[in-house]
Amino acid sequence: MGNEERLKRVILKRKVVNVIMLSLSFLTALYGLIWLFWILIDVVVNGISFLSLDLFLKDPTPPGIEGGGLKHAFIGHFIITGLATLIGVPIGIGAGIFFAEYGRHSRIVKSFRNITDVIVSFPSIVVGTLVYALMVKPAGHFMGISGSVALALLMIPVIAITTDEILKLVPNSLREAGYALGAQRWQVIKDISLSAGKRGILTGVILGVARITGETAPLLFTAFNNNFTTFNPTEPMASLTVTIFQYAMGPYEEWHGQAWASAMILTFGTLLFFILAKVVVHSTRKL
Amino acid sequence: MRRKEEFIEALVRSTLGSFALGVGLLFPLITLLVLLYESFPALRKFGITDFLLGKTWDPVAEVFGALPALAGTLLVTFIASIIALPVSVGIAIFIAELSPKRLKPVFSTAVELLGAIPSIIYGMWGLFVIAPLMADYVEPFLQETLGEVPILGRLFEGAPTGVDSLTASFVLSIMIIPFMSAIVKDAFEMTPPLLKEAGYGLGATKWEVVKNITIPYALPGIVGGMVLSVGRALGETMAVAFLTGNVHQIPLSFLEPLTTITVSIANEFTEADTDIYLSSLYYLALILFVMSFGLLMLAKFMLIERLGRRWGTKNV
Amino acid sequence: MDNSPPLKVEVRNFNFYYGSNHALKDINLPIYENRITAIIGPSGCGKTTLLRSLNRMHDLYPGNRYEGEIILYPDKVNIVSKEVDPIMIRMRIGMVFQKPNPFPKSIYENVAYGLRLKGIKKRSLLDEKVEQALKGAALWEEVRDRLGESAYSLSGGQQQRLCIARAIAPEPEVLLFDEPTSALDPISTSKIEELVVNLKERLTIVIVTHNMQQAARISDYTAFMYMGKLVEFGATEKIFTKPDNQLTEDYITGRFG
Repeated sequence: MGNEERLKRVILKRKVVNVIMLSLSFLTALYGLIWLFWILIDVVVNGISFLSLDLFLKDPTPPGIEGGGLKHAFIGHFIITGLATLIGVPIGIGAGIFFAEYGRHSRIVKSFRNITDVIVSFPSIVVGTLVYALMVKPAGHFMGISGSVALALLMIPVIAITTDEILKLVPNSLREAGYALGAQRWQVIKDISLSAGKRGILTGVILGVARITGETAPLLFTAFNNNFTTFNPTEPMASLTVTIFQYAMGPYEEWHGQAWASAMILTFGTLLFFILAKVVVHSTRKL
Repeated sequence: MRRKEEFIEALVRSTLGSFALGVGLLFPLITLLVLLYESFPALRKFGITDFLLGKTWDPVAEVFGALPALAGTLLVTFIASIIALPVSVGIAIFIAELSPKRLKPVFSTAVELLGAIPSIIYGMWGLFVIAPLMADYVEPFLQETLGEVPILGRLFEGAPTGVDSLTASFVLSIMIIPFMSAIVKDAFEMTPPLLKEAGYGLGATKWEVVKNITIPYALPGIVGGMVLSVGRALGETMAVAFLTGNVHQIPLSFLEPLTTITVSIANEFTEADTDIYLSSLYYLALILFVMSFGLLMLAKFMLIERLGRRWGTKNV
Repeated sequence: MDNSPPLKVEVRNFNFYYGSNHALKDINLPIYENRITAIIGPSGCGKTTLLRSLNRMHDLYPGNRYEGEIILYPDKVNIVSKEVDPIMIRMRIGMVFQKPNPFPKSIYENVAYGLRLKGIKKRSLLDEKVEQALKGAALWEEVRDRLGESAYSLSGGQQQRLCIARAIAPEPEVLLFDEPTSALDPISTSKIEELVVNLKERLTIVIVTHNMQQAARISDYTAFMYMGKLVEFGATEKIFTKPDNQLTEDYITGRFG
């Protein structure tokens, strides 16, 4: 029985190690959640008292003078990301369709697809410098539209990859049924692949928009900044993110408060997009 | 009728094809060429080794060396990854193996939300919340303890301001945890259940199955995920922009202000008043482009090719 | 049945539920020491479920419930009792699975794994036991020069024998086989069958199989299950020549299945 006693001790020891390691793993999960809640709570606590209608409806006052708002930045942000979405979505979806529908058996197209997958994680600031050289420098001044182009370039790979992945899930037998009826490829894509994958593609679009709404670095030297409201995309244009950067780095308490309030709106806006994408995915699964 | 459809087919095909060509080839290629073109004056003036190893960054004297920014980038990315790796693996273990089935999507989503927070929010929060805590509590504590140890103590010299590589790396590590843990989790979930059952069948505990079966099986995925996260972290700008101080010096202590490639570009690009200054910043961007593109391609290769070759065709 | 060998495991009034699904109904089954007991029956009859109850594999997934007793002799432990540690049970009752599932480790480490779990650390003892197990699984001659190589470098049949070596290395008292040859070619299958027969000298074997000829060839006792119930149990010869139950006869003569 000495042998059995020894075995029991070995098992006990292994179980203790098991409990310790599993608890550590639980703690790491907790560690991740702590930061999430800490950031969210700080953003709300610091931002909420500066949240007012004026923030949305008024242009900024000169530093040091009470009041004023960030109307210019909200409008600018909306225009810049809106234009970026208009440019990015069709190109992104188009490229994704090509990867999935035309490039399945081509090595070259596959390598384009893999490079696109890599570009998803591209340093966004490099895209800013690219657009500066291609658009801002020749034009001689910063422009809202060049910010949109930079953001669109960041968005396209995200949408292209999601579209490709979704369309690859559409069973080939469906497509064959279309071809058997004598349809052209573009008709099969339009009527079968896209209609089967539309919710998934919508998710990709939402994720793409979510990604660019929070971007700052590519706007710094494309759209730049502007202290006044403008609707003209060929002028320098303020955005929420660049304004947060400027205000948070600035020396005024009032600026910090407004930066927190914008941060709060930006954070929850982005998370809302993200959750929306999740909901769309989820309802796809049910279908 | 027929001819019209064939025409549309050709049109659709060429349009979509040009989009794909644009994203998958022209975009990165043009980026590379533009960066090369714009950095050419600096490339000609400073060469490659003198620029990479140059310690001086002096816009007034028009002498530019990348070493401080390069060292700062590598240091911050390295420390952030070292912190993030064990945490990410732990979170992946928790989500993939431990959490009750119903809570699994809740935890997954929570971690993904952490990753969805814009990087500027991390930066701002780091500046206003974490940096003061670091300056007032963590860094003085580190100086009183580790700072007293010979040699090691050198790493904790300097005024504890909270704006330094320690804070920057720490905030960056929180940012990459969601990304890294998602990839590791995916790799874990690819482990065939039959393989895990073999472990349990011999009387292994859950941790033993994770340690001896799941982790070795998922190792290429873990390494690939790590490389991918490092590639991403290298190019991260706003999370660290607030926290480095943008001082072009080689950080010899964790508590000294420093700069990274991204932070230098973000702060100085619009202020660059001479052609050679701007060109030098483009040179930095070129270095960043090459480093992150290389790392990301490597990660891609590890994740796709190796996973496929090792597990795609062979049994289990 | 007076001259039947000593009991090793005894299933008594055993019921098993997957959530609300009553998967095993009132099973009573003796398993004799150093004999091979085959469990046969059509797909979905519960034979694998019963096998996996014997070493508490169901504990790995939520929503399962055992009812009744499965007694392990000689110490008369109730395998399915909540107080009994499944880890201890699995170290006494080993398992070989449907498909070869070697660990992503070397050949040597695969076999040594169960020994390490028993707390054996001494290299010479590990070497000796690994060799014994590989010899017991008729694999030693094929792999003796390549013990450090990945287990995935072996063929499918060799991998399954490696899994058997891995299972017998810690010297379990009972070995469970869950359709061990269903993924193998005929030559590898006959090697495994020969191996199983040889193994009964040292331990008790329970084998679930889809293949009736296999059950007839290698087992001493056969249990026929249908729709979660044990229909008939007896000496293999009797089951395959003159079964008592009409259902059993229909199944073994191939009228359904």
